Amino acid sequence: MRQIIFVIMGTILVENFVLQKFLGICPFLGVSKKMDSAIGMSGAVVFVMTLASAVTWAVNEYILLPNELEFLRTISFILVVAALVQFVEIILKKFIKPLYKSLGIYLPLITTNCAVLGVALLNIQRTYGFGMSVLYGFSAGLSFMVALILFSGIRERLETADVPDAFKGLPIALVSAAFLSLAFMGFQGLFSF
Amino acid sequence: MKKLFREFTKGLVKENPIFVLVLGMCPTLAVTTTAGNGLGMGAAATVVLLGSNIVISALRKLIPDKVRIPAYITVIAGFVTIVQLLLKAYLPDLDKALGIFIPLIVVNCIILARAEMYASKNGIAGSMADALGMGLGFTAALFIIGSAREIIGSGSFLGMDVFAGALPPATVFILPPGGFLVLGLLMALFNKISKKNPSAKMDCASCPLHCGLNKEVVE
Repeated sequence: MRQIIFVIMGTILVENFVLQKFLGICPFLGVSKKMDSAIGMSGAVVFVMTLASAVTWAVNEYILLPNELEFLRTISFILVVAALVQFVEIILKKFIKPLYKSLGIYLPLITTNCAVLGVALLNIQRTYGFGMSVLYGFSAGLSFMVALILFSGIRERLETADVPDAFKGLPIALVSAAFLSLAFMGFQGLFSF
Repeated sequence: MKKLFREFTKGLVKENPIFVLVLGMCPTLAVTTTAGNGLGMGAAATVVLLGSNIVISALRKLIPDKVRIPAYITVIAGFVTIVQLLLKAYLPDLDKALGIFIPLIVVNCIILARAEMYASKNGIAGSMADALGMGLGFTAALFIIGSAREIIGSGSFLGMDVFAGALPPATVFILPPGGFLVLGLLMALFNKISKKNPSAKMDCASCPLHCGLNKEVVE
């Protein structure tokens, strides 16, 4: 139990996927203008990252490793993630309508979210077991959620702020992200796992 | 010939993938802790971009429209694997420094965006010129960001000492916050000089998978 809390808090605060590892910057900058879409997007990311961690771990362990096909890892993982996203979309559309309504439009965006492929590759690089991979995927998704929701709050305020012309749009958003990232550096060394 | 040259030069400044199109932000921020790493990442992405643009342009009439995105991703992933194996064999230090961001070139939106927006509609020669221009623009931008971060953050340039100890380095610039800060400031500087600000209205809109298909999500 203690270990589980350490992994979740450590991933969210100490090695935040967006703010410390630079994974998933595109949606972080693209979908953070409104709090509602930030919540929807990060919900979909948590869901897909957890599933993708489980599936890619199994693909690596039972298909790639026994056949000595490690060099196909990148290509097979991205195809697995793409297929998984499509599959989840179809299932949700068919069976869980309300969830599809709130997450559906964000799902196609996730295929090329580098945080998803990143967490799959990190699980293998760190030689995590199945349970740990799923837990790490879940907490990586949560860390994306925390960063995105905090940042969308900041950006909603930036909309009304008086910013120099050259800084309007992304430059000021990046500068604010720098300070958010600086704040998260304060958690350095708080947890280790 | 003139047209090819125009395709080549547009990627350098007018449609610079980082400062104007705002594509491929993850590697831009993550690997630019030194100017050398920026160059290495730029070169690796350029090779993948060139290969994928040529193949996709050659196959553009064969790939059915409905499955084009998975087909592009497969082609790109193939080239990424080639680059990954070459780097492991011949430049192991660079491979270690870039780490997970080499396989992540697969999901770099620059490459997919060029496949979708250019190579799938144009001939091989034009696609090559486009890939080289875009790749060079990306490399130049990474080199500029990497140089700024390395000089301020560790007081060196391409590994050589710059200040000779006269100024203490501001380490925060090679840490994650420095990446966001330097990119934001350089982008503002680019806007100031070019007197345009594309990102005031746009949010990676030119990336076909993220926002092009899903305008309503962003706005």
